[in-house]
Amino acid sequence: MTTYLLRRAAFLLVSFLLACVVLFLLLRLLPGDPANALLSAGATPEQIEAARHQIGSDRPLPEQFATWLGQIVTLDLGESFISTLPVGPEIASRLVVTVPLTLLSFLLAVAVAVPVGFVAAHRAGTWYGSLLSGLSQLGIAVPAFWVGMLLVTVFALKLRVFPAGGFPRDDWADPVAALTSLALPVVTIALVMSASLIRYVRSATLDVLGSDHLRTFRALGSSFTGAMWRHGLRNAAVPVVSILGIELATTFLGAVVVESVFALPGLGGMLVKGIAQHDYPVIQGILFVSTFAVLLIGFAADLAQRLIDPRLRGTVSGGPR
Amino acid sequence: MSLLDVTGLRVRSAGGRDLVRDLSFTIGPGERLGLIGESGSGKSLTALAVMGLLPSGMTASGSVVLDAPGTGPSEVVGAPERRLNGLRGRAVSVVFQEPLTALDPLMRVGRQLAEPIRRRRRLRGAALRAAVAAALQEVRIAEPGRVARAYPHEISGGQRQRVAIAMALACEPALLIADEPTTALDVTVQAEVLALLGGLVTARGMALLFIGHDLAVVSGITDRVLVLKDGEAVESGTVREIVDAPRHPYTRSLVAGARHLDSALDWTNR
Amino acid sequence: MRPAMRVAASSPKAPVPEAPAADAPARSRWSATLVAGCVLAGLVVAVAALSLLWLPYAPDDTSGDRLMPPGAEHLLGTDKLGRDLLTQLMIGARIALTVGAGSVLLGGVLGLLAGLAAGFATRWLDDTVSALLDILIAFPTLLLAMLIVAVRSASLGSAILAIGLGMSAIVARLTRVLVKRVLAQDFVTASRTSGTSWPRVVTEHVLPNIWPTLLVNLALQLGLAVLAEASLSYLGLGPPPPNASWGRMLQEAQATVLTAPVGAVAPGVLLVVLVIGVNLIADGLRDVADPTRRRTR
Repeated sequence: MTTYLLRRAAFLLVSFLLACVVLFLLLRLLPGDPANALLSAGATPEQIEAARHQIGSDRPLPEQFATWLGQIVTLDLGESFISTLPVGPEIASRLVVTVPLTLLSFLLAVAVAVPVGFVAAHRAGTWYGSLLSGLSQLGIAVPAFWVGMLLVTVFALKLRVFPAGGFPRDDWADPVAALTSLALPVVTIALVMSASLIRYVRSATLDVLGSDHLRTFRALGSSFTGAMWRHGLRNAAVPVVSILGIELATTFLGAVVVESVFALPGLGGMLVKGIAQHDYPVIQGILFVSTFAVLLIGFAADLAQRLIDPRLRGTVSGGPR
Repeated sequence: MSLLDVTGLRVRSAGGRDLVRDLSFTIGPGERLGLIGESGSGKSLTALAVMGLLPSGMTASGSVVLDAPGTGPSEVVGAPERRLNGLRGRAVSVVFQEPLTALDPLMRVGRQLAEPIRRRRRLRGAALRAAVAAALQEVRIAEPGRVARAYPHEISGGQRQRVAIAMALACEPALLIADEPTTALDVTVQAEVLALLGGLVTARGMALLFIGHDLAVVSGITDRVLVLKDGEAVESGTVREIVDAPRHPYTRSLVAGARHLDSALDWTNR
Repeated sequence: MRPAMRVAASSPKAPVPEAPAADAPARSRWSATLVAGCVLAGLVVAVAALSLLWLPYAPDDTSGDRLMPPGAEHLLGTDKLGRDLLTQLMIGARIALTVGAGSVLLGGVLGLLAGLAAGFATRWLDDTVSALLDILIAFPTLLLAMLIVAVRSASLGSAILAIGLGMSAIVARLTRVLVKRVLAQDFVTASRTSGTSWPRVVTEHVLPNIWPTLLVNLALQLGLAVLAEASLSYLGLGPPPPNASWGRMLQEAQATVLTAPVGAVAPGVLLVVLVIGVNLIADGLRDVADPTRRRTR
């Protein structure tokens, strides 16, 4: 296990470095000089020169990359072109909104998708089994932001039970107020995410329901519920856990878009604004943080999968192979 | 009085096709019946129908009555799940063909084997562990300690099938169904596992329903044989009758095939 | 957002065996899926095609009163600038399909080439490419798209490029897995032993065996591309006016959802109709391409 952890951690590091190279090249090479973008945004020549100097695009490419990497390692993400404030602390203050939003939505989505997906598989032949499958088919076709708009219309504008948008100025000082303003966004993301999760849970459950080993234990006298509990849930969890990592990353992305619907002061709003203003240090910083988060999530998902499935662990118990 | 009484059994697929048609046979206490036929002849479905474990979508009609000591006579076809749970394991248990997928890949072998033992004999803790080790030794597993701690993918195919047999026997059923238990194994291991299975069934006085496609194997372990083709019984009788005087053309081809192999083996042995 | 991964796990059984007669009812249900998908997606395609020939109003005609309810003059009413909603909606269909088809074409071709290369490559090159693909895939498509829009500017071409590039990594990874699986099969080994050249192995064995699975996946990707374009446009990063986009229409209608609900509902409904239609087509194709996988979802 230790060797595996070390190797997997090394892979994480290498992936992260590679991702940095890709990010760097995309940002520097695609348009030529990022300062050009500033030009189109109507900046003065002095501003452009300052920007060029700050991101170092007047120096050779490898040198630029080395400097950039050095900054990242020391967690210095540079300063915004527009506000001239350091990007790192700004991102940190935005994460206070985005991270809870992502995690709450993800947990709610899993909590909904696991039982619903199970029922949709176990009762595949019945009308409500088909209805649940149909609803998930609808759910994956609906864009999250539109769901958000519709929820706002009904629950904020008509029924007035939740605020239409915004977040308390003092963040989590009043947890109830903070949670109230996150309620509709969380439900929005969770609804859309659970639709695709339900499909995975359903197909994993179908696989287990048709598996030989479940039949063995029922043939030896286990009740269906008992066999499912002891020999079904873990087995169904293996494929589901492997995609949970990607789903969590996607939830984060959903948060970025949905934050715009609800005018939440999170990472998404910052990113959209940064892109509109061609504010490179901001974009770069956010992409850096989210890439790291996504890779870390993948690492955690791999680890969880190994813990559940002994076949992935190799010969721990000293078998013949 | 017979232990298993199958009358007019019919298994129908979701598409409405008859996979098993009008099948009738009986097995008395301690008797051994072989069910022989090519793949797709409906022999495995018959076994599943006897246990009430047909794949979803398939339906059984006719009558399957199990009458084991301790459970009383019970109709399996159309029985509620609760009633079936009481029969499975006690009246009848089964060894399946593919030992790799028949065991839970995520659970150590010892814990899987402990499950039927605990349910049947209500043992806990150290007594349960000792019973697991004894059960593994009974199926001639050389290192019961290591195998009990291993996951199914970490032991050999022969060992896996021995574990599956141990699990089925741990239930102490009146009738054991063996559904092609040696087909997935190497030829050399096949003979050992067959001999083991035959010996254990005799020692416990169990009845055996042995399913296979190889006449030589089936006739070696059973007293009577039922030949299935395309879901229908074409011939039945004692092993002697079937081998000496096969009536149906399909049975004749089976016997000729087995003879052919036999003489070829004789020739190489010389 | 990536059911694509799921398809990678399906087995590429290219030659379609005749289903036995007993399964006929199930089979006709599959084609019902396909027909339903074609009807729904066809509806949107028809609207887009019509928009090329005829529009109720010019796209930039702001002569109508603002936020008019549906009526005789404007069938679906007008938006907050006085533009005809039906006109905008019809152009939106065209844009959605253009971006969807364009990015699938781009992503499909790039992904197929990269996947073939990786599938045939030596171990070292293959490992490098797979590692790169894994990283690109770890990157959510929309984030990648936003990045590309950031370095270029928001335009129709940027949207296609952005979504297509993100998609190409997914297609490449799937292609690679499929190619590896075909190459490992005995008939390919036999063919190679008998001296068939590599290009002929590709055209005779690899492509015929992988295209059904690829096609299903590309259909799914089309739906995802349409959704991605809508999200980009909603964020103001999609094709700029005069290209009407459903995502931007929804964004513009958000503030007036109570007074003029049509504008906040109609584009969303069309979007969902198109994506469901495309997904149903993908499901229908999957069942036709691989009858052994009967998981209707």
